[in-house]
Amino acid sequence: MNKIVPVLTVLAVLIVIWYAAAVKMNSTWTFDQAERAGTEVSFSELVTDTMSQTRPLLPAPHQIATELWKTTVEKKITSKRSMIYQGSITLKTTLLGFGFGIVIGIALATVIVLSRVGRLTLMPWAIISQTIPIVALAPIIVVLSNAAGTGTLMVPKAIIAAYLSFYPVLVSMVKGLSSPDQMQLDLLKTYGASQRDVFWKLRLPSSMPYFFASLKVSVAAAFVGAVVAELSTSAIAGLGARMLIGSQFGEPMIMWAALFAAAILAAILIFLVGGFEKLARYMMGGRAV
Amino acid sequence: MKTDSTFEKLAWPVGFGLLVLVLWEIGVRVFGISPAILPAPSAILAAMAGSLPILWEDWVQTVVKGALNGLWMGSLAALVVALVIDRFDFLKRGLMPVANFFAALPIVGLAPIMVMWFGFDWQSKAAVVAVMVFFPMLVNILGGLAAVDPMQRDLMRTYGASHVQTLRKLRGPAALPFVFNGLKIATSLALIGAIVAEYFGSPIRGMGFRITTEMGRLATDMVWAEIVVSAVTGTALYGLVAGIEKRVTFWHPSQRGS
Repeated sequence: MNKIVPVLTVLAVLIVIWYAAAVKMNSTWTFDQAERAGTEVSFSELVTDTMSQTRPLLPAPHQIATELWKTTVEKKITSKRSMIYQGSITLKTTLLGFGFGIVIGIALATVIVLSRVGRLTLMPWAIISQTIPIVALAPIIVVLSNAAGTGTLMVPKAIIAAYLSFYPVLVSMVKGLSSPDQMQLDLLKTYGASQRDVFWKLRLPSSMPYFFASLKVSVAAAFVGAVVAELSTSAIAGLGARMLIGSQFGEPMIMWAALFAAAILAAILIFLVGGFEKLARYMMGGRAV
Repeated sequence: MKTDSTFEKLAWPVGFGLLVLVLWEIGVRVFGISPAILPAPSAILAAMAGSLPILWEDWVQTVVKGALNGLWMGSLAALVVALVIDRFDFLKRGLMPVANFFAALPIVGLAPIMVMWFGFDWQSKAAVVAVMVFFPMLVNILGGLAAVDPMQRDLMRTYGASHVQTLRKLRGPAALPFVFNGLKIATSLALIGAIVAEYFGSPIRGMGFRITTEMGRLATDMVWAEIVVSAVTGTALYGLVAGIEKRVTFWHPSQRGS
């Protein structure tokens, strides 16, 4: 618990810097307006004006908070302007992609660990897949899944999210499935265990801690993937789409609110998955940390 | 268990890649898939050969000006901040959780804001990339600087080494594997950031710009050409970082024995 004071201090300093930057960056507009009106601006006027512009270059933190409050609590959830509605769509994409990612990651890891040819063939391509910028592929994924008859944008978006989130699972599972040492493998051999038994009774159980450790990274990647997907597939719904709309209509407040809503949602997701990880470790008889 | 020969290490993945390409080509021809949906590899190759100047111009705009500029700015900033934070324990305890949290956020969402601030040209792309790579780099550098075990640090103290000397001779080298790890993450983030930022406005060149406009007029082969360029670039950048890592951190256990 010796972290709370320093973290709060750092956050407070960041907010102070933010306010100062907001005054500085938005002042150009204020001075411009004042010059046109032929008036002088005093410092206190400057501060109040830079804090309350409707299209600021950099909105002050409290403006973003108000905008978020307006678009979450005061809007009906069914409204297109509600961040909760938009967030739920991004969340759905994230979870779908996360699910795909886990399945693909585990499946590939199993092939890689059990077969030498699989490892030689797939491992380099798994690494290469992560060096390819997925955003370049995004429009193609949309076209292909449309041609395959999926109908909605949800599938291509989930594929993009899965593309980013399978890799952490894959790497951890490869490590985990090959974590039993030679002694344990030999012991099972003396029991006359088959390949299948070795996998289900030794490899899989001993890979579980690695698996749960990878989930937090993976869900964060899936979330980034979902937002990137919404940005790059010209989606019409979701937090990424709100950012696009804010950018196209010159409404910076929408962009900032969507950005912060995304940050909050990511925090909640990571927190929940982290909690799940702790719970799983506890149930498997590990120490609660 | 057989050991893998160098030949096998190359032959399997390359063979697999070629197999996919051949199946793709055959599939497109046999099923008569419209080139607007999925062009054959040969058509993509033809499109690439036919528009080398455009591809080169886009590559310079997006990769050299946008991604690489952002990459060195973000990494350098992270290095400076990390060295400062490292001197103050209070800052370290306060900033580490914050930086860790930021590293997990979809910072790419800043792209429209950066375009609003810095205009349509490469400056805004470099800014997005710089912010995107800053936090993973910071977290990795700080993690690396903390990776020295106390015994080694005590040894440096008994030698009477100063802070800078300890940093140069012990902690810096020990941090290098972490730094390269961060760089590997950062290079792929840099390309994503530079391309996404172009969706929010760009001059009439750049890979992201080309992908959206060519997609709009269903010139899918050109889109694939850009994808190939970006894929090769991403892999080459990663390979470059991995290659330098191998030379610089040859002493590290992960680099030995293979």
